[in-house]
Amino acid sequence: MTTFPEYIAQNEERDGVRFSWNVWPSSRLEATRMVVPVAALFTPLKERTDLPPIQYEPVLCSRATCRAVLNPLCQVDYRAKLWACNFCYQRNQFPPSYAGISEVNQPAELLPLFSTIEYVVQRGPQMPLVFLYVVDTCMEDEDLQALKESLQMSLSLLPPTALVGLITFGRMVQVHELGCEGISKSYVFRGTKDLNAKQLQEMLGLTKPSAAQGRGGIPHCEFSCRFLQPVQKIDMNLTDLLGELQRDPWPVTQGKRPLRSLGVAMSIAVGLLECTFPNTGARIMTFIGGPATQGPGMVVGDELKTPIRSWHDIEKDNTKFMKKATKHYESLANRASSNGHIIDIYACALDQTGLLEMKCCTNYTGGYMVMADSFNTSLFKQTFQRVFTKDVQGSFKMAFAATLEIKTSREIKVSGAIGPCVSLNAKGPCVSENEIGTGGTCQWKVCGLDPSTTLALYFEVVNQHNAPIPQGGRGAIQFVTQYQHSSGQRRIRVTTTARNWADAQTQIQSIAASFDQEAAAILMARLAVYRAETEEGPDVLRWLDRQLIRLFMFHLRRSPFLQVFNNSPDESSYYRHHFNRQDLTQALIMIQPVLYAYSFNGPPEPVLLDSSSILPDRILLMDTFFQILIYHGETVAQWRKAGYQDMPEYENFKHLLQAPVDDAQELLHTRFPMPRYIDTEHGGSQARFLLSKVNPSQTHNNMYTWGQESGAPILTDDVSLQVFMDHLKKLAVSSAA
Amino acid sequence: MSQQGYVAAPPYSQAQPGMGAYQGGFGSGPTQPLYGHYGGPPQAFSAPPAGMMKSSVAPAASMPLPAGSSQYNPNVQQNGSHPQSYPAPPAVSAPYGQPPHSLYNSMASPGPPPTQQLTNQMSSMNLGSHGKFSMCSFYFLVQGLQSPPPPASSVMPPGLQSPHMSPLMSPPQSPPESMPMASQSMAGTSMAGMGRPFPGPPPPGPGGFQQPGLGSAGQPGYPQQAGQFGGYMAGPQQNMPGAFPGAQSAMAGPPQKKLDPDSIPSITHVIEDDQVKQGGQVFTTNIRGQVPPLVTTDFTVTDQGNASPRFIRCTTYSLPCTADLAKQCQVPLAAIIKPFASLPKNETPLYVVNHGDTGPVRCNRCKAYMCPYMQFIDGGRRYQCGFCNCVNEVPVFYFQHLDHMGRRVDFYERPELSLGSYEFVATLDYCKNNKPPNPPAYIFMIDVSYNNIKSGLVKLICDELKTLLEKLPREEGMETSAIKVGFVTYNKVLHFYNVKSALAQPQMMVVSDTAEMFVPLLDGFLVNYQDSRAVIYNLLDQIPDMFADTAESETVFAPVIQAGVEAFKAAECSGKLFIFQSSMPTAEAPGKLKNRDDKKLVNTDKEKTLFQPQKGVYEQLSKDCVASGCCVDLFLFPSQYTDIATMADVPSHTGGSVYKYSNFQIETDGEHFLRDLRKDVQKSIGFDAIMRVRTSTGFRATDFFGGIYMNNTTDVEMAAVDCDNGVTVEFKHDDTLSEETGALMQCALLYTTIGGQRRLRIHNLSLNCSSQLSELYKSCETDSLINFFAKSAYRAILNQPLKNVREILVNQTAHMLACYRKNCASPSAASQLILPDAMKVFPVYMNSLMKTAPLVGSTELSTDDRAHQRLSVMAMGVEDTQLLLYPRLIPLHNIDVNSEKPATPVRCSEERLTDSGIFLLENGQSMFLWLGQASSPDLIQSLFNLPSLAHLQGHMCALPELDNPLSRKVRSIISGLLEKRSNSMKLQIVRQKDKPEMLFRQFLVEDKGLHGGASYMDFLCYVHREIRQLLT
Repeated sequence: MTTFPEYIAQNEERDGVRFSWNVWPSSRLEATRMVVPVAALFTPLKERTDLPPIQYEPVLCSRATCRAVLNPLCQVDYRAKLWACNFCYQRNQFPPSYAGISEVNQPAELLPLFSTIEYVVQRGPQMPLVFLYVVDTCMEDEDLQALKESLQMSLSLLPPTALVGLITFGRMVQVHELGCEGISKSYVFRGTKDLNAKQLQEMLGLTKPSAAQGRGGIPHCEFSCRFLQPVQKIDMNLTDLLGELQRDPWPVTQGKRPLRSLGVAMSIAVGLLECTFPNTGARIMTFIGGPATQGPGMVVGDELKTPIRSWHDIEKDNTKFMKKATKHYESLANRASSNGHIIDIYACALDQTGLLEMKCCTNYTGGYMVMADSFNTSLFKQTFQRVFTKDVQGSFKMAFAATLEIKTSREIKVSGAIGPCVSLNAKGPCVSENEIGTGGTCQWKVCGLDPSTTLALYFEVVNQHNAPIPQGGRGAIQFVTQYQHSSGQRRIRVTTTARNWADAQTQIQSIAASFDQEAAAILMARLAVYRAETEEGPDVLRWLDRQLIRLFMFHLRRSPFLQVFNNSPDESSYYRHHFNRQDLTQALIMIQPVLYAYSFNGPPEPVLLDSSSILPDRILLMDTFFQILIYHGETVAQWRKAGYQDMPEYENFKHLLQAPVDDAQELLHTRFPMPRYIDTEHGGSQARFLLSKVNPSQTHNNMYTWGQESGAPILTDDVSLQVFMDHLKKLAVSSAA
Repeated sequence: MSQQGYVAAPPYSQAQPGMGAYQGGFGSGPTQPLYGHYGGPPQAFSAPPAGMMKSSVAPAASMPLPAGSSQYNPNVQQNGSHPQSYPAPPAVSAPYGQPPHSLYNSMASPGPPPTQQLTNQMSSMNLGSHGKFSMCSFYFLVQGLQSPPPPASSVMPPGLQSPHMSPLMSPPQSPPESMPMASQSMAGTSMAGMGRPFPGPPPPGPGGFQQPGLGSAGQPGYPQQAGQFGGYMAGPQQNMPGAFPGAQSAMAGPPQKKLDPDSIPSITHVIEDDQVKQGGQVFTTNIRGQVPPLVTTDFTVTDQGNASPRFIRCTTYSLPCTADLAKQCQVPLAAIIKPFASLPKNETPLYVVNHGDTGPVRCNRCKAYMCPYMQFIDGGRRYQCGFCNCVNEVPVFYFQHLDHMGRRVDFYERPELSLGSYEFVATLDYCKNNKPPNPPAYIFMIDVSYNNIKSGLVKLICDELKTLLEKLPREEGMETSAIKVGFVTYNKVLHFYNVKSALAQPQMMVVSDTAEMFVPLLDGFLVNYQDSRAVIYNLLDQIPDMFADTAESETVFAPVIQAGVEAFKAAECSGKLFIFQSSMPTAEAPGKLKNRDDKKLVNTDKEKTLFQPQKGVYEQLSKDCVASGCCVDLFLFPSQYTDIATMADVPSHTGGSVYKYSNFQIETDGEHFLRDLRKDVQKSIGFDAIMRVRTSTGFRATDFFGGIYMNNTTDVEMAAVDCDNGVTVEFKHDDTLSEETGALMQCALLYTTIGGQRRLRIHNLSLNCSSQLSELYKSCETDSLINFFAKSAYRAILNQPLKNVREILVNQTAHMLACYRKNCASPSAASQLILPDAMKVFPVYMNSLMKTAPLVGSTELSTDDRAHQRLSVMAMGVEDTQLLLYPRLIPLHNIDVNSEKPATPVRCSEERLTDSGIFLLENGQSMFLWLGQASSPDLIQSLFNLPSLAHLQGHMCALPELDNPLSRKVRSIISGLLEKRSNSMKLQIVRQKDKPEMLFRQFLVEDKGLHGGASYMDFLCYVHREIRQLLT
C-alpha cells in the first residue's frame, strides 16, 4: 500500500484531481465537524500525453436523471452484456457495438488505467476557431506599434482555417470588414450607445441570411465572412490593416483622458459573435491601454483631475461609475459565457484600467486577464505569445466552450464550484442545497480551458448518521467535461474517482491521515477569496481566522488575495483572477512565495520566507508567481558594483551571479502569464517586493532586542508569524470551551 | 387694411362685392358667370347674372369688365369649356382682331393715321398717356364701346399723341355707335407712337409740369424717364358680341371693339427702352433716393456712397413720410438685399478695411458700423450716428481732422467713409467661441441606392468631381482653394470615407446607427483636395463599382444632413453639403417620410398642407444646420412624389438650393445636371452668416423673406449666402420720417469667407422721404415690388387658402393703383385706367405671379413642382423673379447672324408666335426652342442638319454643332444664357402642336393660363374695374 502522499500525487497525475480528504467521513454530522469540507481541485484538461483520445462516443447510463458514463468502477456482466451504473445502480444493456465484449476484450473505458478517458464526438460539423481582436487605439504610438507587431505576429501562429476578426476602438468603435479589395471598410459605432444583438445584427447587415439559414440550417460562415474570415485568406489584408492602424485621431484636450469606448467595443464584440457563432468556441481578445471613459461600462470620467476609484473610494461608496460598469460587464460576461465565448483582457497601462469592473468578463468565461505596464514590455509580448502555445500534436493548449458535469454517489452531493465558470443551472439528484461558490447546479460552463485551469469543487456528505455505509463502501464522483478541442473536434473527457468511506468515530486516524493539507489550503483560500470578492473584506478575514489555522493562513491573510492594502482594486482583481484558475502548485506559490538563496556557502537552497533570510552575502530568488525577483544582498551588490564578476580571477562570482538569473529564466519561460522580472539589490527601491512578502520576524520594534547578526529588519506594524502563531495557540486552547 | 396686409390683411371692404365675382372667375371657378370666360359657358356673358352684384354697387364700374371679357368670347366659344385646350392656330389671333397679321403689321407702320380715323378712334375711346407728372404716364384703357367724350379729344391729335400719352377713355354713358371702330386704324395710330418712342418734344401735358424734352434728353440723372411710354393704345375691337352684363345699350349687339394688345403696356418695351436709355451707362450712387436702371438693363455702377443696386434694390426709393401715407397707398416698403451679388468684371470688388485688433468703429448706441452717414463734428473728435443720432467719441486711433466742408481729410482714403459697400475684417469678438474660424468644407453626399446606380448617376457624379474639385472657389489672389472636401455615400446606412493623403487607399467607414447619427472620423474626412488627390481619385473610381450590384432601394435623408452637421461641428468649420438623393427617404430612421400627396386637397382650405413641411425632425435639423453654419444643397432625382415641401425644408432655411431632375436620364439630363453642379460648386459664397439690417429712426425692418433662419426678430441667420441668394426685407414706420434727412439703411453681414476669414460686409443705402405720394409712385421699382409680392404671397399660402391669397394680391394691386389715380393723377374720366409710369407693367407681373404653379389651384400640377417653385422663389433676387415672371421669348428665325447685338425678345403671348418662326424661350428655370410647324427647311437644316421638321427626333437636349452662321449664332445665344443665369436650364425642343408644347405654352404669361388664370388683358380689365370700384 502506498502512502497517502504517493496516492495523492498519483491521483493528481492521472486524474487531475486533489481532494481535501482522501477518506471521507461517512455521515453529514461528522463531515461538518471536519471544518474543511470534502472538496476537490479538479483540472479538467490535465495534460495526459499518454491518453489517446477514443474515437467513439461514451456509453451512458439509461436512467434519465443519471446519464453517468460507463467507467471502470461499474460492475459488468459480460455474459448478459449488462452493466450496472455505479451511481444510480441502474442496470444497462451494452449497445450493439459492444457485442464482442468479454473479460478479455474490454473496452478502454472499463480499464482501471482509464479512470480518465477522452472521447471524440464524431457527430456534428467541424467547428472553426474564432479569434476576435478588440484593440484599443487610445495609446502612445510606441505602445500601439508594439501591440500591432504582437498582433501581426499572432496571425502567423493561428491555424490557417481559424477565423479572425478585428474591432478597434477609441472614441468610436470600428468593426472592420476583412478582405475588401481596394478600399478598407469598417462599420463604425458610437462609443456611447449600447446595442443589443438584434440592433447590431441589423446595423452590420447580418440579418438577411437568417432567412437562408432557416432553409438550409447551414453555416454561418457564409454571412459572417465579412467580419470573420479565415486567416489564410486575409492574412495579408489584415496585416496591412493592422499596419495602418493609427492612434485614435480624435483630439484629446489638455487635462483630459482620451475617450475610450471600451464598454461598447466589448459589447459589440460579444454581440457580433453572438449572432454569428453562437455556441462555438471563440476568443475575444481585448487589448486595452487605459480605462473606459465613456459610454456604458465607463469606469472613470475623462477629466484627469478626478482619479480612478481606489479601495478607499470603494469603501466610502464614493464610486460614481463602478456599479453601473460592473453591471454592464457582468451582463456581457453572461452573454458571452452562455454562447461559449471567451473574453480575454490584456490591460497594459501604468494606471488602473478597470479590471475590477471587468473581472467577470474573464472570470465567467475562462478568459485570460493580463496586466502589464505597457504593450512594449516583454511581459505582455511573451505572455501573449504563450497564449498560442501548442502541444506535441500541434494543437493549441486551449479548449473552448466546455461544460463540466458532476455525477456523484448517493451519499454525497455537490455544493458548488469556484473557478472560471458559470452555472448552467442544471438541477439534479446530485445537487446539494448548500451552496458554496457557484452552486445549485451540477453543470458549469467553462468557456475557456487550458491544461492548468483548475476548478475547486465543494461537496457535501449527505448520508445520515443513522444509515451507516457498509464497510468498504466507496463514494464515487464522475467529472464529465465536454469541450471543443482546438482542432475543432468536440470531445468529452470523463474522470471517475472514488474514495473510501470511513466512520469518523472509529476510523478518525485514517481520515486524518488522508487529509491533503495543500489541497485543503488552496480550497479554503479559494473560498476565502470568493467570499472576499462577494462580501465585505474584514468579515472574510474574521471568518478565515475562525475557520483555519496554519502557517499557510498567515501568508494568505497577508496576500493580495485578501488584503487590499497597497493594492489597487485592479491589482486585487488581477491577482484573484489568477488565483482562482491556476492549479494547486501555482496557487501555493501565489500564497506562499518561494524563496531560494544563492551563496558561496553551498548549492542554492530554499530558505524560509522570513526576514531572517535576507543576508548580505546572499543572492535571493523569490517567485511569487506574479513576480520573479532577484535580490542581491548588500555585500554581493557591492561586489557587483565593483565589477568583480568581470575579472577572470573571480569567475566563481560571475557564476554565482548568473545562477539565479538562469533559474529565473527557466521559470519565466514556463509560466503563464509571464511574471514580472525584477532584478534588484539591497536598498533598491524594488526590493520592497521582497520585503513585503517575507515574514517580518524582525521589525523596527524588535530588531534591537533580537540583535543584528542576521537578517534585515522590516519596517512594518504587521505581526510576525511568531506572534500570529502564539496568538493562535492561545485561541486554540481557550476556544475549546 | 392694415399696412402689413399685403397678403395677410382682410380684403378691402369696398372691393368686397367685386371680389366675389373676381375670385370665382379668376380662380377658374367655372360657375362664375361674370368672369368665367375661359371656364364658364359662353352664355354667362349674354346673361347678366353677375352684373346684378356689380351694378347694384357700382354700375359704371362694371362696365369695362364685360368689354374685356367679351373680347374673349370668340375664344371661349372656340375653346369650349376646356381651359386647357389650345385653340387651333389659325384661330389664335382671331379673337383679337380680324386679320391678325395685318394688325401686327399695321402696328409697325409709322405714319400718322388719317385724321378721320383718329377722330374715330377718339370717339370710340381710348388712350392716352400723359406725363402729367414727369415720371408718370397714364394709360387709359377704355373698355367700353361708348362714344367718345369730347374732353378727350383735346389730346387726341396724333401729333399730340406723343408716346407719353394716349388717353383712352370712354365714359360708360357713351352711346354704342362708337363701337364700330376701325381697329386697324386704331392700331395704326397707336403704333405710330410705339414705333417712334421719342418722336420729338412732347406736347405740354395737361397737368403742366411735364418734363420737357423727354425723348431727346436722355439725361442719365433722371431715372424716371418718361421715355418708356410707348403711347400704347388699345385698339378697339369690332365684332364683339354684345355681351355686357349689366351694360345698358351696349347690349344691343353692335360690333364690338377689341383692345389692341399692343396698346397695353408691354414689358419687353419697357425693358428695351430702359436698355436704350441707360444701357451701357454709368450709374453713380451719389444721390439719395435715386432710382436705378431696371435689372434687365446692362449698366455699370460707380459706388459713391450708396450700395450698388446689384446689392440692394428697393420697392420705392422715396418713402412716404408717415405711416398713414404708407397705409393709404398700400405700396409695400421693402428692400431686396443680395449681399453677395456678383459684380461684373469692370466694377471694383469691395474694399476690405482692417482696423486691426480694435475692430470696426461702431456707434455706441445702435451699433451701426462706420459709414458715410456718420456726421463728424467737433473738429473731428466726435461723430453723430446717422441712424440713431447718438453722438460718439471718435476713437483715438481713428481721429482725423475735418476739412472746410466738415469732411474728414481722409474721406477718400477710407472706404467706410466714402463708399456704400465695403468689408471689415472681423476681430475674434465676431467669431464663434472667440476662435478664428477654419476654412469651410464641402461634403459630397451621394445616394448610392439602386436607382442612382442604375441611372448611371453615381458614376457621372464621381467622374465629374475629379475635374470639378480642381475648380473650387478660392480667395482672391490665392493659389489654391482653402476649402476642404469630404465624401459620403449612403443608402440605408452612411459610408464615410477617409481620404487622408497619407493613405495608400481610401478607407470606408459605415455608420448604420441612423437613429443617432455621428461622424466616425475626424482626421482624413475633410481634406485638402490638392493634397489628397490621388486617394480621392482612387475613391471616386471605386465608388460606382463598389455599389454596382446593390439592391438597396431604401434611403435615409435626415441622418445624412445630421452627419454633415456633426462633421462640421467636429471640424469646427462651416460649409456646404451637396446631397444627391434619388427618392423619398423611406428607410426606418429619423426623418422618414411617407407619401402624403393628395390631389383632393387642391382648391380646398387644406391645400396649404401640401406646402407645409412635416414638423419635427427637419425643423430641429434646420436649426442645427444654421447654428453650425451648414448649408444644404439638394439635388433630387425623383421618379415620383418625394415630398419636396419637407425635403427642401432644410435647404430652404440654410441658404441652399434644391435642384430637381424628374425621371433623370443620363442622356437627356446629364449635361443639364452637371452644368448646375458646376455652377453650384463654383459659386462665390460666404458661410455661417448673420445679417442685421439697421435703419435710421422712424422706420425699421419688420419682416424677412429668403433662404434664412430667424431665431429672433432682428438677426437674419444664414448657414451660407451665395451670389444668388436674395433676402427681401420689409419695412414699417415707427414714426414720421423727415424729408430732409431721408431714410437710411445699413445691412451688415457677418460671415466667413471661403478662405476661412471672418468678415463684415456692409451695404448702405439712403432713400428719400416725401409727404407726397406722387414722389413715391414716381420712384417705384416694379421688379422689386413683384419680388416682394411673390415672396409674401408664397409665404402666405402656407397659412391661408390660395383663394384668399390671390384675392388679396388683386385687391392690393387695385388699391395701389387706385390710390395713385386718386392722389396723383389729374382728374379724368373714371373709365380711364391710369397707371403710374413706374408701375405700368406691374399688372403683367402680378397676373403672371398669380398664374405660377404654387398659386394656381390645379390638380394637373405636381405637388412637388409647386412646392419646389415656392421654395426656390423665396430665396430669389430681383433679376430672378423678374425673369421667372416674365420669360424672354426670343425670335430666332429672323435674327441677324452677323450682329453683335442680342436678339430682341418679344412679348410672351401666343400671338407673337408665327407658324414659320423659331423662338427661344427661357425664364431662368426652363428653356425651350419652339419650332413653328411651317418653319423653313433651310433654318431646320442649318440648325439641326435635318431636311425637315418631321425628321426631328424627340428628346433632343442640345443643338448639334454645325458650322454655319445661324447654328453658331443660336448656339452662342443659348450658351450665353446658360452662362448668365444662376441655374442651368435644360433645353427642350418643342414643335408647334406637339404634345410637349403644353409645357412651353404655360410660359406665355400674357395669355390666359393653361391651368387657370386670366390673360393679361383680362386681368387689366378686371383690375380696372376694381379700381373704379374703389374710386367710387
